[in-house]
Amino acid sequence: MSRSVFRIVAIPFMAVVFGVLIGALLIVSQGGSPAEAYKALLVGGLGDSDAVLRTLQKATPLIFGGLAVAFAFKAGMFNIGGQGQLLVGAVFAAGVGFGIDGLPVLIHLPAALIVGAVAGALWGGIAGTLKATTGAHEVIVTIMLNFVAGNLTDWLAANPWKDNSGSNIVARTPLIENSATIPTFGAVPVGFLLAVSVSVACWLVLERTSYGFEVRSVGHNRHAAQYSGMKVGWIMSSTMAVSGMLAGLGGAVESLGVDGRFEAGVNVGLGFEGITIALLARANPLGVVPAALLVGLMEAGAARMQYKSDVAPELIDVIQALILFFVAAPIIIRWLLRMRHDNSEQVQLGAGWGKS
Amino acid sequence: MRPRQKQLLYAGLTAILILIWIFYSADDLQTTAVLAGTVRAATLLALGAMCGMIGERSGVVNIGIEGQFLLSAFAAFTITSMTGSLFMGTLAGVGMGLIMGWLLAAMAVGLKVDQIIAGTVLNISALGLTSFFYDRSRSLGIGKYTNIDLGPLADLPLVGTVFFSRPPLTYLTMALLVVVHIALFRSVWGMRTRAIGEHPGAADTVGIDVLKLRYFNVTIAGGLAGFGGSYLALEAVGTFSRAMSGGRGFLALAVMIFGRRTPFGAYAAALFFGFTTALQNQFQLNNTFDIPPQFVGMLPFVVTIVVVALSGLFGSMRDPAALGQSYEKG
Repeated sequence: MSRSVFRIVAIPFMAVVFGVLIGALLIVSQGGSPAEAYKALLVGGLGDSDAVLRTLQKATPLIFGGLAVAFAFKAGMFNIGGQGQLLVGAVFAAGVGFGIDGLPVLIHLPAALIVGAVAGALWGGIAGTLKATTGAHEVIVTIMLNFVAGNLTDWLAANPWKDNSGSNIVARTPLIENSATIPTFGAVPVGFLLAVSVSVACWLVLERTSYGFEVRSVGHNRHAAQYSGMKVGWIMSSTMAVSGMLAGLGGAVESLGVDGRFEAGVNVGLGFEGITIALLARANPLGVVPAALLVGLMEAGAARMQYKSDVAPELIDVIQALILFFVAAPIIIRWLLRMRHDNSEQVQLGAGWGKS
Repeated sequence: MRPRQKQLLYAGLTAILILIWIFYSADDLQTTAVLAGTVRAATLLALGAMCGMIGERSGVVNIGIEGQFLLSAFAAFTITSMTGSLFMGTLAGVGMGLIMGWLLAAMAVGLKVDQIIAGTVLNISALGLTSFFYDRSRSLGIGKYTNIDLGPLADLPLVGTVFFSRPPLTYLTMALLVVVHIALFRSVWGMRTRAIGEHPGAADTVGIDVLKLRYFNVTIAGGLAGFGGSYLALEAVGTFSRAMSGGRGFLALAVMIFGRRTPFGAYAAALFFGFTTALQNQFQLNNTFDIPPQFVGMLPFVVTIVVVALSGLFGSMRDPAALGQSYEKG
């Protein structure tokens, strides 16, 4: 392994190690056995082909969520609204999935995916456009849009699009048609392959196109980008729209490939995990895939961990927060490992709420 | 404040008072209920806004208020449940807030982590930790804080119920608003705080230890958010539930911006946001209109977006100049 690759991977890797170690202390504090719990976690996420399928399924929307955050990061923006964008993507994709029948798979499935992506793009685009035109900080706007999306999708699933079959009282849509369901090859869901290709596409757009260059320039120094003639406002709105589209696709894949419908409250928290994943991946679209696989693995195994060793599955959330902490504050790990300081690794978003 | 703005302010206040008077004569019970609900919802927002304001005046953005509320509410609830004392619980909430504030300072000021990310770490950790340690079978064990009538003031119509017959932490919050106002604008500490938020380099040259003061302020501010957590668990609700802060830590930031980072301005803004929340609750309670509850539930959040967008558009509000930047001694 070359030295530079080691430098890139060392911090996230050690962050995971420390997260898992402190998680072990928590398990001990609750009177459990960390070895047993982590073994159950691994078996639950990798033990057999069902477990692998579960991990890949869990990782799929996480890849999209991570890409959404990473893409916005590149333009120096923080999309904390992945949750809302994911919800609208999920509900509208499900709407197309169950609302239309008699279409061939080749038309129905892409149509549902595209509608989910567009819904997410519009939702993210609101925040980007407001930022570009009024200076409203995207963090506040996207958080508020999360709550609006939560209410909107609840209403859709509880009223006009409610599943009225049998004695159902849950706020959820009917099952989507077979022609809109994302198929699975053995233990590999096609949605996962789609997610991997999208992450490669994101990398290509960001690193190999002039649009990507402009996005990164705006991220490095907005004023310099403006001065050199780039349309900063357009870059900011379009980046947030792309970011929202990625999250919306994640929601669509979740509805069409995992749940088979939209159900209110099922996807809660997915949007926020995107932040951890994007930071773990250092905002690199290609790094998002392994980061999402890791988190997906933990989530796939959490149920078995609870069943086998009585450790609350929320331990996963704590470990994620710890990982986020160590990745965000790499100085701690660097100090522990006596690594040399390198400023380029630090993500910097800061700035005020208004015009800047 | 310019004279024209002052005129507008007084005109607005008069209009609001007339409206309240009209509604009160039409339906005194509902009007009182909505206004009492307004004050109840405003208290938490005002505490969060004060926390955010002290941080931002010193140049540190705190988007971790949501997490500070949540973890402090959890601490307040757990300690009260264990000791049977609301007072001990309140202290525990404040203590947890101070710890969270210190943690934010350690990340954002000490380690120079991006401030937005540092706040996010607090939020995610709080959600994870409270969910992990949450024990469904635990209850508060005793009743929450009850109303205290302030002598004859409490017998006044409307105003008496709305302002002078409240539980203790609400009164304390109102006192804190005055304290923070005086501290920020009439004390040496306040002047130094505003200096390190506007021009840390200049503050440094006149001998203010920028990093130390930022550390101190962000930690103290965390105590205010922690007090908010105690208020939430022990006075407003009387129990703990998962993610009970429900976005109000973020609303508090909008309240802070809307209130121009001043305590009284923030309280006015908090009352306005509290009003949208109280109205929403009242609508849901008696089905006033045939609007689905989800749409009424969006109201405070849509209002926030509009407010943040408008405040950016008119540019009347200016951020502290050094907001969001970590300081490196040069």
